[in-house]
Order: sequence, then structure tokens, then C-alpha cells
Amino acid sequence: MKIPSSIWTLLIGILLTLVSLWYGQNHGLLPTAASSEAFLIDGLFNTMMTVSVGIFVLVEGILIYSAFKYRRKAGDETDGAPVHGNVPLEILWTAIPAIIVIGISVYSFEVYNDMGGFDPHAAHTAPMSPEAMKMPGAAIAATLNDTPPTDQPNRNQEQSDEANLDPATAEVRNADQIPQKNDAPGMGISSPRLGATPDKEGKKPELVVNVTGLQYAFIFTYPEAGVTSGELHVPVGREVKLNMSANDVIHAFWVPEFRLKQDIIPGRQTEIRFTPQKEGDYPLICAELCGPYHGAMHTTVVVQPQQEYDNWIQEQLVASRETLNQAVAMNSTDKSVSDFLAPYTTQMGIEANEVLHQIHH
Amino acid sequence: MTQAKIQEAANIPAKIEEPGVRKWWEFFTFSTDHKVIGIQYIVTSFIFYCIGGVMADLVRTELRTPESDFVSPELYNSLFTLHATIMIFLWIVPVGAGFANYLIPLMIGAKDMAFPRLNAVAFWMIPIGGLLLVSSLAVGDAPDAGWTSYPPLSLVTGQVGEGIWIMSLLILGTSSILGAINFLVTLLKMRIPGMGFHQMPLFCWAMLATSALVLVSTPVLAAGLILLSFDLFAGTTFFNPTGGGDPVVYQHMFWFYSHPAVYIMILPFFGGISEIIPTHARKPIFGYKAIAYSSLAISFLGLIVWAHHMFTSGIPGWLRMFFMITTMIIAVPTGIKIFSWLATMWGGKIQLNTPMLFAMGFVGTFVIGGISGVMLAAVPFDIHVHDTYFVVAHLHYVLFGGSVLGIFAGIYHWFPKMTGRMFNEFWGKVHFALTIVGLNMTFLPMHKLGLMGMNRRIAQYDPKFTSINEICTYGSYLLAISTLPFIINMAWSWLYGEKAGDNPWRSLTLEWMTTSPPAIENFEGIPVLATGPYDYGLENAKYGVPMETNDPLTSAGTNSVLRADPDEPYPSIAAKTDER
Repeated sequence: MKIPSSIWTLLIGILLTLVSLWYGQNHGLLPTAASSEAFLIDGLFNTMMTVSVGIFVLVEGILIYSAFKYRRKAGDETDGAPVHGNVPLEILWTAIPAIIVIGISVYSFEVYNDMGGFDPHAAHTAPMSPEAMKMPGAAIAATLNDTPPTDQPNRNQEQSDEANLDPATAEVRNADQIPQKNDAPGMGISSPRLGATPDKEGKKPELVVNVTGLQYAFIFTYPEAGVTSGELHVPVGREVKLNMSANDVIHAFWVPEFRLKQDIIPGRQTEIRFTPQKEGDYPLICAELCGPYHGAMHTTVVVQPQQEYDNWIQEQLVASRETLNQAVAMNSTDKSVSDFLAPYTTQMGIEANEVLHQIHH
Repeated sequence: MTQAKIQEAANIPAKIEEPGVRKWWEFFTFSTDHKVIGIQYIVTSFIFYCIGGVMADLVRTELRTPESDFVSPELYNSLFTLHATIMIFLWIVPVGAGFANYLIPLMIGAKDMAFPRLNAVAFWMIPIGGLLLVSSLAVGDAPDAGWTSYPPLSLVTGQVGEGIWIMSLLILGTSSILGAINFLVTLLKMRIPGMGFHQMPLFCWAMLATSALVLVSTPVLAAGLILLSFDLFAGTTFFNPTGGGDPVVYQHMFWFYSHPAVYIMILPFFGGISEIIPTHARKPIFGYKAIAYSSLAISFLGLIVWAHHMFTSGIPGWLRMFFMITTMIIAVPTGIKIFSWLATMWGGKIQLNTPMLFAMGFVGTFVIGGISGVMLAAVPFDIHVHDTYFVVAHLHYVLFGGSVLGIFAGIYHWFPKMTGRMFNEFWGKVHFALTIVGLNMTFLPMHKLGLMGMNRRIAQYDPKFTSINEICTYGSYLLAISTLPFIINMAWSWLYGEKAGDNPWRSLTLEWMTTSPPAIENFEGIPVLATGPYDYGLENAKYGVPMETNDPLTSAGTNSVLRADPDEPYPSIAAKTDER
């Protein structure tokens, strides 16, 4: 019995959909999701993976099928059918991808908003200022001019000053040597920020940690507790805000299990907020090339219950009191390459100040 | 009479019988013949491909183990910096210019390029810039801030190496601009009288789009690099934060060129594939105009997507959304091309020879890079995988699975024209098989590495990634081996291969209407287009396609793909050339 081709098409379509749906949920390509943001991003990735598998199998299927089915018979010197095109078909394969990418864009927009990418308090934007609207090109010029004559508050400067109120942070940062960038009036912010998620909008974060990036270590200072650490400890289920800045070159904060990444740029105060949801030790990695030992610049983020976190803070306070000065407190039992390198950057001759000195000449 | 015979018969008066065989030493002179220059470009850039490939294998050898134990961390950074710079600026970009040089005048029936001397100057800048770059290794201070060379890092990693890198890129960029001017003028002014824009081969359309892109974007990179060199040598602080400069401005200037560069590197081979597939599938290209204009659309959209490389850098949220949407939209014209190529093969009479295999390999692997590109455009997902091996996998699927397979397809396809001899089909297929296996073995596992948490540009990594990295490393060795049959095949066939004849593929474009290799000024007088460049099988059209065929796609029924306009009573085939 000959089965009509429309039935075949339908069957193949159903099979393709099922395979895509199954693989989109069962790819096993992502690590544990440990923050509330991670679940949003995983949902987006799974959706994209579903669509992708469908398109991939379709294209490869047609390609391989054609290679066998339409292979030239030996000795056949004639040409194929003179088909030059088919407008409805071409409209179809223009429209469907267009709809797919617009759909993914809208979904991404939603996820980005839910992650706090558009938090108005983080962005600190006034709507277009009257001056900027009057002068054509003024807004663009402002981004090009590094010190525009403006009485707008310099949010990066404010944040830097605020972070440096904490003596431990002031000690590890060299903010006084790097002028802070101005936001562009009317155009938005110059520092990237992932602010509060919409449900936490306008509320203060439950925990603030200042992060300083330098070759080749992260230094975490806890302004409320006065603790300095080479590891990031955060209590589970509470919103954390990181104020980040770099002393020398560009670094990036990345925790794969949180699915969050943010460049740390000298002269800017970048901010990222997230809520850890799952206890555990996760790698915290520098993701921006920062020099020959870039691969060694990583540490651990420890997500722990509130009680353990409080104990850790107490231990750190005791430890730092014992060492008299409030310098970098390090866990000396852990001797992996990166942790070994972190406190010894000075000995390697890659001191932050010296790098800046080199930059200056 | 087949269309190929019609085209050949019409061009007998334009054919010069004596093939223009060149002496070996002529390829080492300041020749102004576009065919010599084309081969000079292709061979020179292939040599740099081998150098860049050795560097890639050294990088992969370091990454076979999680410790930094093969080369010093400084040298490791230099290796991946030089690998990327060489592969982009000394292999894929110039090899595209090489094909354009060789093919454009032949395809449009011209005697040479518009500015032959400028053409030679543009070529000779390539070995100068390339040797300068490679010499940095001998100086002992090779550039090691990545091919992106972001300040402030690039300002503190060694003045000499960084200075050489900037100088070399300025030379190579200038060469690229000079080439682009030449291609544009030649395409606009030197076509034979009968060839309107819509009779131009699609490779010419692709080069039109590419050249426009080069002219708009390359000067911005040059400006950025000159400012960077002032920061490096003169103590200015354009990008140096300690003096109030802004490192993010450099990123904008760099990517304003370097994203379009991706399209500069892929569009010529989109064009090449559009020539190769219809020839070997013996069917007209499906949707000529859609493919032609989608090149222009990609060229335009390519200029407004650059900041998607900066989603985790310093740009405001609304700008992230803008660049996400433009990047997503670029998938649409690219998709049009892929589907059109598939439709061209559908129902054809496919000759599975080496150029066609590489062309089909191109479509099959490029689609993976295209899909991961759409994923990367989504800001929240990009925030996770930016600067990881997922990006490394994506870019290699686009540039290796796309451009490099396209280059090999092009070399095999036009080898008989360039040398007058045929390559060895068996070793060509061996080359294809090794390349496809090696490429997927090297780059497919990298997607998982990136998603699981391995960042790029590192010499040491978490030991849990060891086994996947080993697969990648052995795949890269396979890729190195795969080049050997190619080199031997090409060298041997050029010297001793059997004579190919003037039109071994029975193709319809004008480069096949002259001798192989073409004589010095290509044609005697002006060649003619007796039939369109893709009108394969047109002789069947007057008989129509039988209604009774069961296949709804090729029969003349209501679902027929032969009917552009469903209201038309007959299949709309190609009676008037300007309507195709």
C-alpha cells in the first residue's frame, strides 16, 4: 500500500516535535541551578534548546535525505527540473524563523526583567533631561566626554565613596587612584547593573558585600561585619547585593551555578543582586582575560544556612583580630593553585599599584 | 542541447584557445594579473592557516591536562592570541579576497580588475603584515592580551608585542580596504553589457555586500587601534582608567569592526556555496533574488549588532535589548539562505564529488553555529555563557564549520579552472571525511564545557573537565592530520593531474567559458550570457513538467514548487531573465 506523502510529512512532523520536546528537557548540559535567577535562565535555555533541536534535525534530515534520494545516477548527464523558486514557500521560511526569534526575544526580555535588569532604582535614570532634549546630539556627546560639565550626581562616585566608608574595603581598593566614570545624562548608566528582581524592587538588599577584583584574586569585604575574605560566603535564601570594582584590569565575576556573570571594570561600580537558593560550594571564576595567570583566578562561593554563616563571620572576626591587622584573611589550609596565588600576588611582583604605575607610563 | 552546451557554443568566439599557464616564479613577482594575484592570496593565506593551525594544536596540547604544564602561561596567552589573529586576518579574510580576485573579473567577463596595480599592492601588504606579526615570537615579546586586546590589560602586557600587533593589524586592515574598493568598482563598472545586477552570479553579490561592509567598518578598527597605540606609547589615556579614560569605548570601536568581520569572513563563502550547489545538483539556485538580497540584509544588519559582545560589559539595559533584537533578526536572512540551498538540492541530480561534499558539510555544520548564535543573542543566557567554551564552540562552528569548509569547497571546485588539471577525487573524499570527524570531535564537546562552567583563555582548569578536554585535543590532532591529504593532493595534482578541460562541471557561469587556466586577458572580446548563470535544465521547461507525477513538489499540480504565483496557469519558469 502506498502511503500519501502528506501522511508521511505529518508523521515526521509529530516525531520531530516529540524528539525536540524530549531533548529540550533532558539535555543534561547545565550544572545545578543554585540561585533564583538560574531557574529563569534554565527555562529560557530549555525552550531555545527545544526549538533548536527541531531546526537542527530538520535541516540535517533534508540534507542527508537529498544526498541519498537525489543522487545522480551513473551516466545521467541531464539536468534536474528547472525550478527557480516558490514565493509562498519562501515567505513561509522567512516568516517562521522571524516569528521564532521574535518569540525568543520577548521571552528573553521577560527573563531579563525578572532578573532585575530593568530595576529603576539600580539604573538611577532620570527620564531625558530638558537640557539633553534641547541640544541635538548632546546626549551622545556626553558619553564621549569623560567629564561633562554637569551637576548631575555621579552615581559611580557615590557608590565608590559608600563602599569605601568601610575601612576594610578602603584598604583593598585603590579607588582614589582611578577617577570614577559619570553616567550619561538622559542616556542611562555607564555601569552595568543587575538590580533587584521586580518583587524586591525598592527594598534594601538583605546582605551587601563589596567585591574587589585584582590580578589574580577576588577580595570580599563585608561592611556590616567588618570581615575581609578570599571566599564568598552567603546565607541561603537571602538576597545579596555585590558592589564590584577592579583595581587594575578588567575582571569578571562568574558563578556557573548562579548563571550570573558581570564584568568588573576599573573606574566603574558594577552591581549585581541575586538570591542563592541551594546550599553548597560552587566555583567563582574570573571570566575575563586578565593576564597570564587568568586561569588561576578563581575561588569558592559557599552558600550555607544562616546559623553556619553567622558562625563563619564570628570565626573570621576572631581570626582577623588575632592577626592584629585587618588585612586579607585567608584560609591557609586550602592550597590549591589559585588560593595559593591569591595572597601572594605581591610577591609575584604583580602588585596592583605597580600595574597602575605601568599603565600610567 | 543542454544549457551548458548552449552557453559554451555562444562563447566560442570569446574563447582564447591558448591556456595561460604561468611559470612558477611568476607567482613571486609583483604581477598585476588578477589570476596570479588571486592564487598568491590563496596560497599565502593557506601557509598562514598552517602556522595558525600549529598554534591551535599547541594550545590544545596544553589543555589536554588541567595543569599548566606544557608551555609557560605567558606563551600560552601569546599562542591563542596569535592563533586567532592569524586565522582571522591572515587566513579567512585574505583567502576570501583571493577568491574574489580570481573569480570576479572572470564571472563578469572583464579582462582584469579595475585597478590592477592597487590590487598587487593590496596583496603584497599581506605577507609583510603577516611576517611582522609572526616575528613577534622571535623578538620574545609576542602579543598576549587576546585577539580582542582589551585595555587596560593590553597596556600592561608588553609594549613591543602589543605595538607589533597593532602595526600588523593596521597593515592588514589597509590591504583589506584597498581590496574592497577594487572589488566594488570592478563589480559596478566592468560587467559585460548584457549582465544586469540580476544576472550577476551570487558570488558577485556576496562580494558586493562584503566589500561594502569592509569599507564602512575597517576604518573604525584602525581608529581604535591608533588611539590604543597612543595610550601604549605616548601616555595618553583614551582607554586608560587611571587617567579618566574609558576601556569600554575601546570595546565599542573594536567590535564595530570585529562583529562585521564575522560577516566579512562568511559572506564570500555563502557566495561560493551558492555557485557550487546548483552546479553539482544540476538545478537552478532556488530563490536567486532572496539569496542575493539576503546578503545585503546581512551586510546592513551586521553593522548594528556589535554590542552583543558586550552584554556583560558596561552598557545600559535598554541597549542590551536593542542589540539582542537586531542580532536575533540576522538569523532570518541567514535562514533564507540555508533553506534556499536545501531547496536547490531537493529534486536535483546531485553529484557527490569533493566540492559538493564540502558544500553540503558547510550547510550541515554551519547550521549548528547559526543556532548557537541565536541562543547567544538572548541576553540572559549570554550572561551565563559569555567568555566560556560555549562561545569558543559557536565561533568555531561558524568559522571552521562555515568559512573553512566553504574555502575547501571553493578550492576543489575552482581547482580545475585555476590549474587546468583535475584533483584526485579519492584523496579529496578522505580529506572531507577526516575534516568532518575532526571538526565535530574538537568543537562539539566544547558546548558542554562552556555550559558546565569552563571559561575560555585559560591554561589551567578544573580537573572535572579533563575527559572532555582530551576528546577536544585528540580531535584537533585529527584536524591537523586531515590537512596532509589536502596539501599532497593539491601539490601533486597541480603538477601531474590529468587535464581537466575547460568546463569539467558543465557549469554555466562565465569563468568556465574560457580556457583552463584562463589566458592572460581572460577573453577575446566580450563573452555573452546566452543563458542565465543558473538556468540548469531550462531546455526541459518548454515541455513542461508532467502533471501526473506523484511527487507534489515537482509535479505541476496546485502544490507545485514550480509555480511562483499560484494563480498562474503554468509553472513560472524563467522565460524572462529579469524576472528570475
